[in-house]
Amino acid sequence: MDIIYVLIPLSILLISIAVLVFFWAVKGGQFDDLDSPAHRILFDDDDEPQPAPEQTKPADKKSSDD
Amino acid sequence: MSVRETEACFHCGEPVRGRQRWTAMINGEEQPMCCPGCKAVAETIMASGLKDYYRHRTELPEPASVPASMAGPAARDTLTLYDSPAMQSRFVAHHGTAQGTTHGTTAEATLIIEGITCAACAWLIEHRLAQLKGVTSASLNLSNHRLVIRWEPEQILLSAIFEAIWQLGYKAAPFSATADDERHNRESKAAIRRLAVSGIGMMQVMMLAVPLYVGMAEQYEVFVRFASMLLTTPVVLYGARPFFDAAIRDLRSRHLTMDVPVSLAILLAFCASIWSTFNQGVEVYFDSVCMFTFLLLLGRFLEMRARHRMGNAGNNLLSLLPNVACRLTASGEEIIPVEEIRTGDRLKIRPGQPIPADGLILCGESAVDEAALTGEYMPISKVTGDTVIGGTVNCENPLEIEVTATGASARLSAIVRLMDRAQQEKPRIALLADRIASRFVAAVLVISGSVFTYWTLQGDDHAFFIALSVLVVTCPCALSLATPTALTATTTALRERGLLISKGHVLETLNQVNRVVFDKTGTLTEGHLQLEEVRPFPGFDENPLYELAAALEQDSAHPIARAFSQFEPATVSDIRHHTSQGVSGTHEGQKVRFGRADFACSKPPETPQSETGQWLLLSVDDQPAGWFLLNDTLRRTTPELIAALQQQSIAVVMLTGDPGASAPAIAAEAGIREFYQGLSAEQKLEKVRGWQAAGDTVLMVGDGINDVPVLAGADVSLAVSDATDLAKTNADALLISGQMTLIRDALALAKRTRIIIRENILWALVYNLIALPLAAAGLVPPWAAAIGMSFSSLLVVLNALRLTRLPKHVSGEL
Repeated sequence: MDIIYVLIPLSILLISIAVLVFFWAVKGGQFDDLDSPAHRILFDDDDEPQPAPEQTKPADKKSSDD
Repeated sequence: MSVRETEACFHCGEPVRGRQRWTAMINGEEQPMCCPGCKAVAETIMASGLKDYYRHRTELPEPASVPASMAGPAARDTLTLYDSPAMQSRFVAHHGTAQGTTHGTTAEATLIIEGITCAACAWLIEHRLAQLKGVTSASLNLSNHRLVIRWEPEQILLSAIFEAIWQLGYKAAPFSATADDERHNRESKAAIRRLAVSGIGMMQVMMLAVPLYVGMAEQYEVFVRFASMLLTTPVVLYGARPFFDAAIRDLRSRHLTMDVPVSLAILLAFCASIWSTFNQGVEVYFDSVCMFTFLLLLGRFLEMRARHRMGNAGNNLLSLLPNVACRLTASGEEIIPVEEIRTGDRLKIRPGQPIPADGLILCGESAVDEAALTGEYMPISKVTGDTVIGGTVNCENPLEIEVTATGASARLSAIVRLMDRAQQEKPRIALLADRIASRFVAAVLVISGSVFTYWTLQGDDHAFFIALSVLVVTCPCALSLATPTALTATTTALRERGLLISKGHVLETLNQVNRVVFDKTGTLTEGHLQLEEVRPFPGFDENPLYELAAALEQDSAHPIARAFSQFEPATVSDIRHHTSQGVSGTHEGQKVRFGRADFACSKPPETPQSETGQWLLLSVDDQPAGWFLLNDTLRRTTPELIAALQQQSIAVVMLTGDPGASAPAIAAEAGIREFYQGLSAEQKLEKVRGWQAAGDTVLMVGDGINDVPVLAGADVSLAVSDATDLAKTNADALLISGQMTLIRDALALAKRTRIIIRENILWALVYNLIALPLAAAGLVPPWAAAIGMSFSSLLVVLNALRLTRLPKHVSGEL
């Protein structure tokens, strides 16, 4: 059972790394929006191929730019 | 006239009330639409291949009045202002190649989007924008409604992006971070970090606590205790910092809050456990310290998010003002940012544009919509020599003004100052709650102190730990959990129903409210003109009349025009606006005129009689064709709310700036007996102060800029959905849906909340009264105490969660 003298310090080390990674993620803004990702994953938009919207919308003047 | 109440608009869910029927093809089926605005939005969505929006959405969007008003060339003109470099320099960042050239660069900007109701809105906007050629990325943050967009300026104009958002029925405005936003951002990031540290720390320490409790590893006990200490140290020193800071601040101001015993308990337990670790003491409390810290931080975190959520929607206080203005100089017109406007400048203001500063009209005559400042929904006609106020909207014709006051000396700023003062002088209801808390805290400290003294005198070694257990045991249950869980549950329940609470004291104060003050226009009423009645003259049919009127009004920014946006306009050419009189045009060779009776006909017929509203006459070739009655109607749920409030013997008062005859009529229709009209913002505030001085607790419900000082000064304030940003940010709560009856539900729920809080505190006290003596006498082993603690906390939380189910019963009972 002396392995415990290794395992516990090891787990503390791993946790410190996890906390540092978490801090880095917070700093990068990954936790700025806590609401949308939960919903976003539910919206699959590949039910059917999307029609080319630029042509179907006459109001879209920009489509003629190219 | 026929009213079709049963059918609901497929897009926004409003009942289809128009006389003309609008439909749009959705998934191959014809669906009813309430107005051309919704129809245009629905068609845009379908044409973009984003029909899944209708499947994904969980909330209905706001009725789309935007595209209708976008039809006017004036409004589109305003959007092209966003393309000017002067404007873009303020909120667009350029990335990419060398300076000076735009070749191959991408631009990035943050926009605030208004009108987001659920996650599907974000999906819709992101996907629509991603389809535009030249847009590289678009990502919308649902918590603060900010859209970060990157695009290639060579490929697409920024105004086209704005237009695409408007076509979906949302409003976009450039966002520039204020000091407040920066602070919010830092605050929430720090809170998440603290939460993570104490959460992860708690899990680890709990895990290590199991062998200690069950006595599984006696030979490792010292080692495990040291490991726990190491893990707890960051939780206490970093995670619990906010409590220590607050406690020190409170002690300095000689004022006891919950932060004091919380800090004491955390620190004492931590120090005692360290002492115990080094001296082979009986007990360590590292697990309790971590759990306690984590639970408290979680509560504070949820509270903070609710607080930020509301400020976020309209965080630019003066965003009413346009960001750019058109200055007239000797060499022509130039577009300048509003900050550069100086007193004495000559500005040109196009119809549909807000006026950026206080000024004097040099040339031109027009009607100016001052609704935001005065609550008056009919525009006021202004001629050369009249003064205009910054933040109001020019409706009809171009105006040239000379600026007389800008920035701090302008009228809008004066109202902001009045609001600041009102806020400072606001009666501190929160103090009452604090006083109760500080009494409780004092009692806890005294009891712990005497327990310690008693056991020390008895010569017991455990005196310190027994006193500590009093501190630990009383804090989390009695006040730290009982109150916040109940408040959070109620806040969530109300939010799901469309009432957003942003300040902590609202639910407590709502219990004491015995006087509710309403603003008239936009609060009790819808806040815009609606077509109420039409009387065609013999020989004319109703429908062609609507089409003619709609055609004449189609390009106008005038509030009257909105009443006709639901009709398909006929073809009318040569449309001319005559300030304060009406509109004229030519239809199939005939002169049509629409407006005041004496403008429409040279020999006008007698105006029909009605209590409120405005009769307008439509004429064809100088022959009267039909009367239109326009009126600002009551919100449908208003009378029900007023009746419910009066039943609970809550005084209901209406305060309005409107001096006209419509005030008594609206009051009578809503069932309000006490009303005061013709009041300025200052006078409204004085009235409310008078009631407060007489001992009343006042709930103010309002929407306009002129209500803002009163909202800030009332005990509790509530802004309605279409309120101006300034009103929204200053109210304690926001009614997102137009359901006025939610105010009644909120009052009822606040009462339930208080009952639940009392139950919770009572339970916690009973638990403590039983557990404390037993624990103090050493009869409860640590594992039993831990189970008992968790069980009692769980019970408190479950009891609080009952509140989330309550509103249905509440509305059922009343």
